[in-house]
Amino acid sequence: MNEIFTASVFASAIRLATPYIFAGLGETFSQRSGVLNLGVDGIMLMGAFTGFYAVYITENLLIGVLVAMLTGLVMGLAVAFISVTLKAEQGISGIGVYLFGLGLSELLFQKLIGTPKSIVGFTAISIPGLSDIQFLGIGEIFFRHNLLVYVAFALVPISAYVLNRTPLGLMIRAVGQNPQAADAMGINVARVRYFTVTLGGVMSGLAGASLSIALLKVFQQNLTSGMGFIAVALVYFGGWRPFGILAGAMLFSFVNALQLQISGIGVDIPAEFAVMAPYVITIITLIFASKRTEKPTALTKPFERGE
Amino acid sequence: MNATQFAAPPRIQHLHMQGIVKRFPGVLAVDNVDFEVKAGEIHALLGENGAGKSTLMKILYGLYQQDEGQVLINGQPTEIRSPSDSIRQGIGMIHQHFMLVPSLTVAANVALGVKSSRGWRLDLDVVSRRLEELSLQYNLKVNPNTPVWQLAVGEQQRVEILRALYKNAALLILDEPTAVLTPQEVDDLFRVLNKMTKDGHALIFISHKLHEVLAISDRVTVLRDGRRVDTIPTEGATKLSLAEMMVGRPVVLEYKKLPLQAASDRLVLQDVSALSDRGDAGLNGVSLSVRGGEIVGLAGVSGNGQRELAEVIAGLRPATSGGILIGGIETRGKSPSVINQLGLGYIPEERMIDGAVKEFTVSENFILQDHGRQPYVRGGIFMKFRTIENACREAIKQYEIKTPGTDTPLKSLSGGNIQKLILARELSRNPKVLVAAQPTRGVDIGATEYIHQRLLAERDQGMAILLISEDLDEIMALSDRVAVMYEGRIVGVVDRDAVTVRQIGAMMAGSSLEMVE
Repeated sequence: MNEIFTASVFASAIRLATPYIFAGLGETFSQRSGVLNLGVDGIMLMGAFTGFYAVYITENLLIGVLVAMLTGLVMGLAVAFISVTLKAEQGISGIGVYLFGLGLSELLFQKLIGTPKSIVGFTAISIPGLSDIQFLGIGEIFFRHNLLVYVAFALVPISAYVLNRTPLGLMIRAVGQNPQAADAMGINVARVRYFTVTLGGVMSGLAGASLSIALLKVFQQNLTSGMGFIAVALVYFGGWRPFGILAGAMLFSFVNALQLQISGIGVDIPAEFAVMAPYVITIITLIFASKRTEKPTALTKPFERGE
Repeated sequence: MNATQFAAPPRIQHLHMQGIVKRFPGVLAVDNVDFEVKAGEIHALLGENGAGKSTLMKILYGLYQQDEGQVLINGQPTEIRSPSDSIRQGIGMIHQHFMLVPSLTVAANVALGVKSSRGWRLDLDVVSRRLEELSLQYNLKVNPNTPVWQLAVGEQQRVEILRALYKNAALLILDEPTAVLTPQEVDDLFRVLNKMTKDGHALIFISHKLHEVLAISDRVTVLRDGRRVDTIPTEGATKLSLAEMMVGRPVVLEYKKLPLQAASDRLVLQDVSALSDRGDAGLNGVSLSVRGGEIVGLAGVSGNGQRELAEVIAGLRPATSGGILIGGIETRGKSPSVINQLGLGYIPEERMIDGAVKEFTVSENFILQDHGRQPYVRGGIFMKFRTIENACREAIKQYEIKTPGTDTPLKSLSGGNIQKLILARELSRNPKVLVAAQPTRGVDIGATEYIHQRLLAERDQGMAILLISEDLDEIMALSDRVAVMYEGRIVGVVDRDAVTVRQIGAMMAGSSLEMVE
């Protein structure tokens, strides 16, 4: 067993959780205001590609991150326009956004780069003092990660604070629970939803970049392989709360890291089962975690005044 | 706008809506209406459903834009494009369906849309303290830290009023504020309203209940079909004169009732319990019986188990224990269709959800339950359209249903005509027992009068009728006995003639019969 539960497994679980945390937090804001964005994976792919391409051209990581976030912003605005202004059916239009991101990122990759190229991405930053703690491997598990990992984890309490302790968060929650009431209190429902959905897009773009220029440092077709959908599921799993999303992301990426480790040391389990395991576990936990009071009652419902 | 600025004095001395016109596709909802209100007065806006009261007030609150006309505040033309504009002008509105977020606390609901005194951080403790001051000042008891979903309807209304006061609304629009209250709560509300006018607030009181308008208002404006009939001082007006202005013809306000000829029990509930939608005890050991030839009125504040009771009788909600007998036959556990066949007619509370299919035509709705039964089907497969058509035409004639034809989609009929169609359908099977839940809610006076007369006629013919209503006037006008529900129990059953409205009101608030007497 000691071969399986090593410090490096825990450390890689934390690293793997990063894109889920970024995308999941962004989607939380969106859903808390009542908009389901199913296109997260497509935005992640576009963010992953544009961030990677920017770093490939400029060799500047900051530009890469900013370009990925800008891509997410544009796509988030598009999603907001479709779901808030045009009031389109959110599940279906989200699948459209996903397919759009999947196709366009692939096309741009073929035209602009062609073959898989490597870049110098984010490298691990050891926190002085803390990274050397040997006890239970704490130093290795928590304090030797790239910058985006630290940012992702820092965003969890910040998001929780914004949602629960600020007038902005109160507005977002009210708009997701009872848009008619928010409207009657003089809140611009459409503006709040534009803000949250666009923020979700930015975070999804960042999630993609964390994958392509920090975690894997490559880009290829369908790099995310459905991570964006898992992020949406994690929002439900986490009960629309940032710390719940953190817990879900950790559980999921831990099982993932474990699966990598088990197949790495040659335990005889069919690889397909190991790959399926995180998804199956997620679905099972979702079944038991679906009924929550925090669920926005206006989720997926476009707002129409005067009904 | 921070909390201290709310202490500014009321800013609306006089508000004038001038020549307001509002068109919806195919309807002229408000037709050149003038309306004015002054600080310190209660101006009642009276009219039937669809007369344009709510539309006019939604224009004032910025939820709709008028097509023509203007609003003058203290003589100044003022544009109101959204609720945030009207709130800034000092206008507040208590909506018929409360505009509260159930999952949030009282204080959070009040803080919503108000700038925090701490900038980007919430100041719920500051809001709570100010709320406590206001609740003392106006005697509106409410705990700022309770989530709204835990509050009773009357308490939720207090939150709405406190919120308007918190925002220092100078003019308050109250849209049918008494619809969900017990008579005692109505008295409390009226005391608050009177205090507000003394403090210089201007109040607009929307209602269709004549005695309340007479009791509380200084002036009355009556609307009919989108037009203003007249504005008169309340002093000197009577129920009858107001009703005639509302309807445009003489009306009957009291019914002649034949003496009770009650026969044996037709509907019997024995110790029935059932769960509510939330999964807690919705009905808690309810026993009740209705005899042939009598109307039993079931009174209670909304949400005390009346809906669950009706659904349990109709077979739409499973009873967890107890027995239900219709005409002596146990129906518990049987399907709604079988229960219909055993002699139950059911007019559900939500007629557009549980009672009819709004996209279907009038005739399709008329045979909604009987489409597979004689005489509407041949060989168990083929619909007999001519027979259906004729039966439906007959019902339209007999029940005075106003519709262009039998193939008109139901949704284009008025609420009153839809209700008459449902009544016609349910009575067409000649049931032994009729459960009528809120049969005249949202129905115009003409149709209400018809439905009431019809229910009384069926009673005289020997039908057992359970009338579930939140309208105490309706209960008192029709019932032979009155049962009162509170928190899923029957608090008491009394003879109509041996009880006053106030006693029933006390029972609706949970007092037992002995305590009332």
